[in-house]
Amino acid sequence: MDIKPKKFKNEYETTFILNPDLPEDGRKKAVDKIVQLIKDNDGTVHNLEHWGMRRLAYPIAKRNSGYYVFIEFNAYSEFIKRLERDFRYDEDIIRYLTVKLDKHALAFNKKRREQGFGMRKELKQ
Amino acid sequence: MAKKESVIGPTAVNKIRTQERAKKYCRFKRAGIMYIDYKDPDFLLKFVNDQGKILPRRLTGTSLKFQRRLAVAIKRARHLALLPFVTDELKTKTKTKAR
Repeated sequence: MDIKPKKFKNEYETTFILNPDLPEDGRKKAVDKIVQLIKDNDGTVHNLEHWGMRRLAYPIAKRNSGYYVFIEFNAYSEFIKRLERDFRYDEDIIRYLTVKLDKHALAFNKKRREQGFGMRKELKQ
Repeated sequence: MAKKESVIGPTAVNKIRTQERAKKYCRFKRAGIMYIDYKDPDFLLKFVNDQGKILPRRLTGTSLKFQRRLAVAIKRARHLALLPFVTDELKTKTKTKAR
């Protein structure tokens, strides 16, 4: 859907968990699909992190581990509905969480990116 | 909270008196933290009891404003399976290490 309103873009961050037994290329394809989707809808990706395989605190979809991916981006507000719809369609994505960032969160993320603390086991893509 | 008039034996009384509770303070206000990150489970573990439940303000001393943000962050972490909804002896073996 082509959305070109003169509207203000919001800052978002999204984290999603990929099915652990997805092969590496399948994983890459899933992530690239999301990143491409953001770019196609006038969003810009600030940061893409692969936290990699992590043990889940409780089983999701009968699995005890998952491949975490974290993306910071900005986009038009209508886009989020589209993004989350794609999350739901993709069976490989077993859990997702998209959050709108306020100024404190933004400042925190910027500081986090510079100093590289917290969940920074990233494989910069 | 006013110290209740104790009815228990003298030995227990001075035991209570020796444990003069330090005045609780809100860590977030004191540290000037404005955003509680839901992505960092190790930090959130400090505010969760052994069963993974959120600790009440009277134990942690957190101010209302930050307790609400903290609760939101913990619930988001739980949604992303970074923190368990309910567990037993969570703290003895920290479960957040990537295995």
